[in-house]
Amino acid sequence: MGENAGIKILICQGTGGISAGAKKVEEEFVKIIAEKGVQATVGKRCDVIKTGCRGLCANDVLVDIVDPELGRVTYDFVKPEEVAQLVEEHIVNRTPLEKRKAKPYYNTFVDQQMRVVMTGCGQIDPDSLEAYLEEDGFKAIEKCVKSMKPAEVIEEVKKSGLRGRGGGGFPTGMKWSFCAASPGDKKYLICNADEGDPGAFMDRSILEGDPFCIIEGMMVAAYAIGCYYGYVYVRAEYPLAIQRLQHAIDICYEKGYLGKNIQGWGIDFDMRIKMGAGAFVCGEETALMASIEGERGMPRPRPPFPAVKGLWGKPTNINNVETFANVRHIINKGWEWYASLGTDTTKGTKIFAVTGKVKHTGLVEVPAGMSVREVIYNVCGGIANNRKFKAVQAGGPSGGCIPAEVLDTPVDYDSLIKAGAMMGSGGLVVMDETTCMVDVARFFLTFTRMESCGKCVPCRIGLKAMLDILESITQGRGKPEDIETLLEMGATIKKASLCGLGQTAPNPILSTVKYFRHEYEAHINEKRCPSNCCKELLLWQVVEDKCVKCGACLKACPSDAIVWEKGQVAYLDKEKCTKCKSCYDACRFMAIE
Amino acid sequence: MSNAPAEEIPTEEIDLAIANKVIDKYLTLPGNLMPVLQGIQEEYGYVPKPTIDLVAERLNVYPSQIYGVLTFYAQFHLKPRGRYIIRVCVGTACHVQGAERIVETFFDRLHIGHAETTPDLRYTFEKVACLGACGMAPLAMVNDDTFGKMTVQKVDEIIGEYNQRPMKK
Repeated sequence: MGENAGIKILICQGTGGISAGAKKVEEEFVKIIAEKGVQATVGKRCDVIKTGCRGLCANDVLVDIVDPELGRVTYDFVKPEEVAQLVEEHIVNRTPLEKRKAKPYYNTFVDQQMRVVMTGCGQIDPDSLEAYLEEDGFKAIEKCVKSMKPAEVIEEVKKSGLRGRGGGGFPTGMKWSFCAASPGDKKYLICNADEGDPGAFMDRSILEGDPFCIIEGMMVAAYAIGCYYGYVYVRAEYPLAIQRLQHAIDICYEKGYLGKNIQGWGIDFDMRIKMGAGAFVCGEETALMASIEGERGMPRPRPPFPAVKGLWGKPTNINNVETFANVRHIINKGWEWYASLGTDTTKGTKIFAVTGKVKHTGLVEVPAGMSVREVIYNVCGGIANNRKFKAVQAGGPSGGCIPAEVLDTPVDYDSLIKAGAMMGSGGLVVMDETTCMVDVARFFLTFTRMESCGKCVPCRIGLKAMLDILESITQGRGKPEDIETLLEMGATIKKASLCGLGQTAPNPILSTVKYFRHEYEAHINEKRCPSNCCKELLLWQVVEDKCVKCGACLKACPSDAIVWEKGQVAYLDKEKCTKCKSCYDACRFMAIE
Repeated sequence: MSNAPAEEIPTEEIDLAIANKVIDKYLTLPGNLMPVLQGIQEEYGYVPKPTIDLVAERLNVYPSQIYGVLTFYAQFHLKPRGRYIIRVCVGTACHVQGAERIVETFFDRLHIGHAETTPDLRYTFEKVACLGACGMAPLAMVNDDTFGKMTVQKVDEIIGEYNQRPMKK
């Protein structure tokens, strides 16, 4: 955007924004600006720019109006019908609409973070190469080609301390050096964007908000390793990410940033998107390569490691989206700068997807080493509905739960593992007192059991057997010896499985048993769910002492089973009740059991 | 996640010219089996049996290998699908916000289960892993339209609305 004098209207259009109606808001802005002849009135250019996700998805549609004189003003929950007023007041009359501005929480949410990887997301137009070039785009690869040898690039990344952001945390520079050292002139580079963990969506947001930074990160890696062909494996559930990345790749080919002899620098690099087809296990690197080859996505034993024998038998290097997104910042600002962020063992920043029963859900990027408590309470505003915090689930189906006692655990690879969870891809699902931990364990196991590819027995049969036990516990048929059986099976499956899916699938059970054994025991011995969550164990009645006569349950009930009048304790009619539990979630006082 | 078994594949008139065109496009690409099948599904809405034999012959792979791939990935379908695809997110965030009751209400109202289609081919229902809009949990989608913060009441509203919509595209 060469003309800095213009007013920019930035509209968040990630998947979250679009599902909240961002497209209509954009159309409305364009229409009203044209109708009212705003450009003529204001005498300046007035651009409507769509941007990627800026993190606070719960409050979409977010609109920023950036004006050289008034600065940046953020509006939240913008609806199409409010656009006319915004244009009239803010742009024509030059007075920002105070009462529609995002409340102070928005600034807290943003200020507490440290945006490195996500600097471009939400600020630049993801479809515009010019916008990316203005943000020092392709400067990192230029610097590499012109002033660094491939070995020096690898050394730079090694010294920065960057570790794989996909979950494993393997040092990225080391991985590159293994692949670079492998003999052979045909090598492949793969970007793993098969982000399957339920509750994590940072990779999607980067691809949607700043696709060029992935292309550049891959170019740097390709130069360092000495390969000329790259794949981005994106899961098919992300149509918008695929569309934006494909668009970015097309522009790069057109403008000579991909292909033969890029920008006359004497390097070649080609890349294409490979679309997944809905299999979680394909996030595992050997399964992912099988999938690119057009086979069933089943893992194979390692060694040989992909760096030696990977895609089509050639040396292959696989990194995660967020890892590639870090690369250009390390090259541009130097390893010393990057290594100064974070803790001793985990450098830089990490993006977390904070969801569940927290006030402000969304993506947060913080320096590694911040405590889980700070992330949840300072950045995201604490627990919704003033309920009590119970636990946070970190690392998706491979991770574990962090209870209140260890909430001060810093977010880095090693501390989280010590607390019984893991960094994983960075999903943090917050749970309050109404979430049953046995049910959560059952939920994750249902997922991993379905996604098990079926190749090796411990995972295929073992997970099914564990799930049967958990289901019987949540239905009130649990036996006292069940907990020990679960622990023993979990340990065996972890040891005997072939790939990461099986090796980590028992983690949610092991960690919930470790911290919430009393909940398992209440289900088994007293046939009672302490969180009022497991359907078969509920009594479907109102507790008179706890009911504050507010009537929230009446409004929530879809089948008229609640009888309530003002000032009266509610009554639940079991004849009419369809057991949907709407009233349980509506009641803030846990007065229904 | 595997699909329904392959025994009840309907036999109907299929225009293979479209499938041939898709195969032509990817013929020289290494690892082309999945892009071809994805292309075919995009055109027909599912992968009809005659096209499987065609792909086997033209790409020189065994039909068993193709069935292996088709049943491995959740996104391939061997049967015709409904005009309106209802997807309910059952990711972690939606689960803790009560996605289960949304799923059960759809089951109850439409009399179909997961990955099934109503006999009139109007609806196909699917539980899906995270759709990535966790801020609006629990979440449902009908084709490309998203419905956030779902309740049991909203399920009835959605079905009521889509019952009125035309069957033709």
